[in-house]
Amino acid sequence: MSVADLLEGKRVCICAGAGGVGKTTTSAAVAMGMAARGLKVAVLTIDPAKRLANSLGLPELGNEERMVDPERFAEAGLEMRGELWAMMLDAKRTWDEVIERHAPDEKTRDAVLQNRIYQELSNAVAGSTEYMAIEKLFELHHEGRYDLLVLDTPPTRNALEFLEAPERLSRFVDSRSLSFFLKPGRLGMKVLGRGSGLLFGVMKRVTGIDLLADLSEFFQSFGDMASGIEERAARVGQLLGERETTFLLVTSPQRDAIDEAIFFRRRLRDRRLPFGGAIVNRMHEGADADADVSDDLEALLGDKLGRKVARNFEDHHRLAEHDRAGVRRLMRELGREPLIAVPLLDEDVYDLEGLAEIDEYLFAGEFVQV
Amino acid sequence: MTLLLDRRLVVVTGKGGVGRTTVAGALALVAARAGKRVIVAEVSQQERLSRPFRREGVGYSETELAENLYAISIDPEHALEEYLGKQVPGLLSGALLHNRIFEYFVAAAPGVRELTTIGKAWELSQHSRRYGSGDHYDLVILDAPASGQGLAMLHAPKTFAEIARVGPIRRRADGIDEFLRDPKRTGVVSVALPQEMPVNETIEFRERLRDEMAIETDLVVVNQLLPERFTGEDAERIEAVNGAHGSEEVAAALRAALSEHRRAKSQRAQLRRLRREVDDVITLPFLWDPEMTLEGLNRLADDLEKKL
Repeated sequence: MSVADLLEGKRVCICAGAGGVGKTTTSAAVAMGMAARGLKVAVLTIDPAKRLANSLGLPELGNEERMVDPERFAEAGLEMRGELWAMMLDAKRTWDEVIERHAPDEKTRDAVLQNRIYQELSNAVAGSTEYMAIEKLFELHHEGRYDLLVLDTPPTRNALEFLEAPERLSRFVDSRSLSFFLKPGRLGMKVLGRGSGLLFGVMKRVTGIDLLADLSEFFQSFGDMASGIEERAARVGQLLGERETTFLLVTSPQRDAIDEAIFFRRRLRDRRLPFGGAIVNRMHEGADADADVSDDLEALLGDKLGRKVARNFEDHHRLAEHDRAGVRRLMRELGREPLIAVPLLDEDVYDLEGLAEIDEYLFAGEFVQV
Repeated sequence: MTLLLDRRLVVVTGKGGVGRTTVAGALALVAARAGKRVIVAEVSQQERLSRPFRREGVGYSETELAENLYAISIDPEHALEEYLGKQVPGLLSGALLHNRIFEYFVAAAPGVRELTTIGKAWELSQHSRRYGSGDHYDLVILDAPASGQGLAMLHAPKTFAEIARVGPIRRRADGIDEFLRDPKRTGVVSVALPQEMPVNETIEFRERLRDEMAIETDLVVVNQLLPERFTGEDAERIEAVNGAHGSEEVAAALRAALSEHRRAKSQRAQLRRLRREVDDVITLPFLWDPEMTLEGLNRLADDLEKKL
């Protein structure tokens, strides 16, 4: 099984998984491997390691894709038949673009962009990154300039935060109806009646009157744009379920990461979202059998060093056993769905040579034997 | 300077997968052994510390894991409900919480979840508590989200203080913000692995925390440092016989030793790189245990006791 098989006929590949399992690196390796096969590929990443960005030729990135200089592949001894593009998502910038796109006129646009609450909220990284990643993906997919888009998903607290992001945005926009009863004496108050007056009183007590007035202004300036944004969020959300889209689960063999992967697989199933397969990074290698090699090693290296090597091998073997048990647990969940294992490498990966090393496993067609 | 574990709140953060919970747990054990009443607060529906203590199912309740050591898993919904319950009379807070539009707004407005979570950690650290068990703790250890989100959480009170300008939210948010910035009361521990990306993220996080919030990182803990099992000379000798023996197992054992040597060496290089940028770095050993165990936590706590 090769990643190329998993992505056959796909135009959007979403790499998902817990934090710290090597998602950014895997996304870059998948994109590079597919580009090497002749496709025009763009990888969208969030906050990659600086040296990885640099090796891709991306020093300080804006919210625009850039092509990785073909020279660099040649220097690294790689054959690149297609094109590899990369960009780093800027959630704040993408928010602003959404507002610019949906504002009916300049006045509304500026009113929202300059609204204090908007500025504070769109600057606060948390919460909006997930949606903005999907939004950018949708935009690029819609423009159709690439054969394949690979998204390195933001490190969410849990998988649902990502899958639910478009719905959450719709809800937030929907809660603009709050503004009807945020200002006493407005038409909305009378329409909504006494119940909302009560609610207003409670909210005033919790938040203070000024905050209510500001929120009201915020949602009112949002006014006409709201339905456009909601409609867009619905279409953006649909992209996740399209036939040309697939999710790849990235994980390590650690228990927590495997738990998260199993959880995510189930949520994908619940939501009838497409699943391509799982990639398990950082597998410890160990012999399959429990053969005692200490005598051989001592004969080869002398007593002291031989014993050290044997002891180290036992430790590795134990970790490998544990890793395989984790993978077996994941495989029970996946059934016949594909799983590709990548061993723990001796060096951290942060350049094209390192990505190429990973691609040997991702694209080698090796099916994991557990 | 107030010693790290003599503060009221210690925030433990770091890139995903570096072992934040393990370090938070080991720090808590050190404090508990010294006779402090400690609670570890996990966030985002996670509850990993209870497992080695065999006390799964902590949830939003202050649960005793061991003598002097407690745990809670903070979720923003419970925290908000608790907060509103104290602000407004019961029926009204219920009406507000169950109002669909309010519910939507709270669930979706960026930052609200972070604010209520950090607010609960702050509340736990107050000596005159009004919520939960009402018991006071000498030390709260917050097992915070990964760096970027951890920063957003520390920033949330300031953001909301600025949004609210005046009124009850402003007062509360200001109080929490002030508490977080006071090095006598709050400490920040950043956990890293001796690897390229976690080291980068640690350096970046430290700079951002300083630039954006004027908070200094008190301590960087480099977790899972491999022992130097093989010297350069050992590696040369192993290299020399590599391939000289027919058995597949022996070949695998030699490969494992060489790989171990290279990884330990590369980790030392990363550690040196980190130390060039950051002064207060301590290390914890890799334990060769695939998962966190109580015995492992105790061993790390033994090590921390010497290094803190």
